Amino acid sequence: MKRNIIEAAKVIRSKNSGPYELTFDIMFKSKEYFEHFKENKIINKKMFAELYKIPEEDIMVIVWFAPANAVKVTIKRPISSGAPGETDIYGAQQHAPLFNIEF
Amino acid sequence: MTKKEFKVLSPTAILGYGFPESSFKRGIEKKPDLIAVDAGSTDPGPFYLGAGKAFTDREFVKRDLKYMICAGVEHKIPVVVGTAGGSGADVHLEWCRQIVEEIAKENKLSFSMAVIPCDVSKENVKMAIDEGRIVPLAYVPELTKKDVDDTTYVVAQIGTDPIIEALKDGCDVVLAGRCYDPACFAALPIMKGYDPGLALHMGKILECAAIAATPGSGSDCAMGTLTEDSFILEALSPDRNFTCESAAAHTLYEKTDPYHLPGPGGEINLENCSFKDVGNGRVEVKGSKFVPTEKFYLKLEGAKCIGYRTISIAGTHDPIMIANIDKVLQEVKDRINVISGDSKRSDNLFFHVYGKNGVMGSLEPNPNVKSHELCIVIEALCPTQDQANTLCSVARSTMLHYGYEGRVSTAGNLAFPFSPSDITVGKVFEFSIYHLMDTKNQVLFKHRIEKYENGTRK
Repeated sequence: MKRNIIEAAKVIRSKNSGPYELTFDIMFKSKEYFEHFKENKIINKKMFAELYKIPEEDIMVIVWFAPANAVKVTIKRPISSGAPGETDIYGAQQHAPLFNIEF
Repeated sequence: MTKKEFKVLSPTAILGYGFPESSFKRGIEKKPDLIAVDAGSTDPGPFYLGAGKAFTDREFVKRDLKYMICAGVEHKIPVVVGTAGGSGADVHLEWCRQIVEEIAKENKLSFSMAVIPCDVSKENVKMAIDEGRIVPLAYVPELTKKDVDDTTYVVAQIGTDPIIEALKDGCDVVLAGRCYDPACFAALPIMKGYDPGLALHMGKILECAAIAATPGSGSDCAMGTLTEDSFILEALSPDRNFTCESAAAHTLYEKTDPYHLPGPGGEINLENCSFKDVGNGRVEVKGSKFVPTEKFYLKLEGAKCIGYRTISIAGTHDPIMIANIDKVLQEVKDRINVISGDSKRSDNLFFHVYGKNGVMGSLEPNPNVKSHELCIVIEALCPTQDQANTLCSVARSTMLHYGYEGRVSTAGNLAFPFSPSDITVGKVFEFSIYHLMDTKNQVLFKHRIEKYENGTRK
């Protein structure tokens, strides 16, 4: 049975990484969840691109960071922070679609 | 090495965010070798750098600095402030310097202060463009000379070297313009022979003070203790702890790749980094390495004015209008183009529709509006303030009375919380420079020294 990521993650967040990038962190509740997500590549470019309706080329990097049991995804910001049409200067409220991930 | 341990007190995440006096006192009781604070960020957007304004409140910046400088002078602990005034251009640096001068006068303090300007002249940047020494960061357009001319202030994120030069001159207080965040924490220990990788990584965590502890706070103190082969983090309030997870998690924060943290002259490499709980809410970090790059790159930042903004905030609770909101907004734009006789006039108009996609804009994956009410922020962005005022006014009145298809409520389409309904916002800026510059190892930044005796500047 598919389970929601909220069962496995204790932090799900987004933030600018400089004015031209947006970075997403998912920190897992345990080493086991981290390894499960990593080994099964549950977070990958294809699913992330579909979730945010962005081209895969806009995903800069996906890094699995064992010291924090975390995965980080950094993408191109749709516009630079504060440019015309901006909705979220700090990029701190772009995380909610990640709540739809299942495992 | 002269000392086994080097303690750094970081009072707050950003100068002006405040900290509890009790935590600061606890920090001073531990006899720190350095009090350092990062005062800036690009996070609040391009306005503050572009307009030369601080994003923190003057009264609170003064309050924080007073604690730091009075304690530093009394106990002979060097005080280093990075990215003075929030964005670190000369105008911000001067704003912060005047606050220090006031503190010196009001408390009759005697000390010497180094002021390090971090602006880079436009001529230097243009010369670097000609010589192919400018590299855009990811997703940043190539830098043109016109961009440089349009930019109000060009700053460079300086590394530890200019701060070390100031400290070598025996200055008690160092006030630096735009700094790589960890530099103000790492300069003095690096000067004293501690490992740069550890000193910079510790600075990277301390620059956010107790944000990296748990529970995190941007307005509480933290302390880092460097040893020969590690550093130890501790919170200075009894209700906070550092844990391996909180420290490691912070290493992810606002960064592209947590294993490689680039800065002036090289990167902090964390591939062999380990975090260990050493009890009493303290975490020991080992294995962080500084890896220099072949060329010495500095990051340049700048913003340019792109016009003026006027906004109006309104709401709708009409289910028929909400069901057709996209169509209604497009028709309002079309109508404005017709009224103004300019088919592109509405290009300067933005509708932020809260309850639909006001937060996520183009990244919003949910196409259906479920809210029973919407907030619409009308934004006009034009070359002059008068034009922005006019466009916002026309958009507001057009939308208020627009007869969309199926309309039943004919008295008015919008609920305004305020009178006047339109708010003149002023100048709008956009980031125009976010590039690396190969410095060819030139010394670009030189401090000047101010001496205070019993509060009087000599």
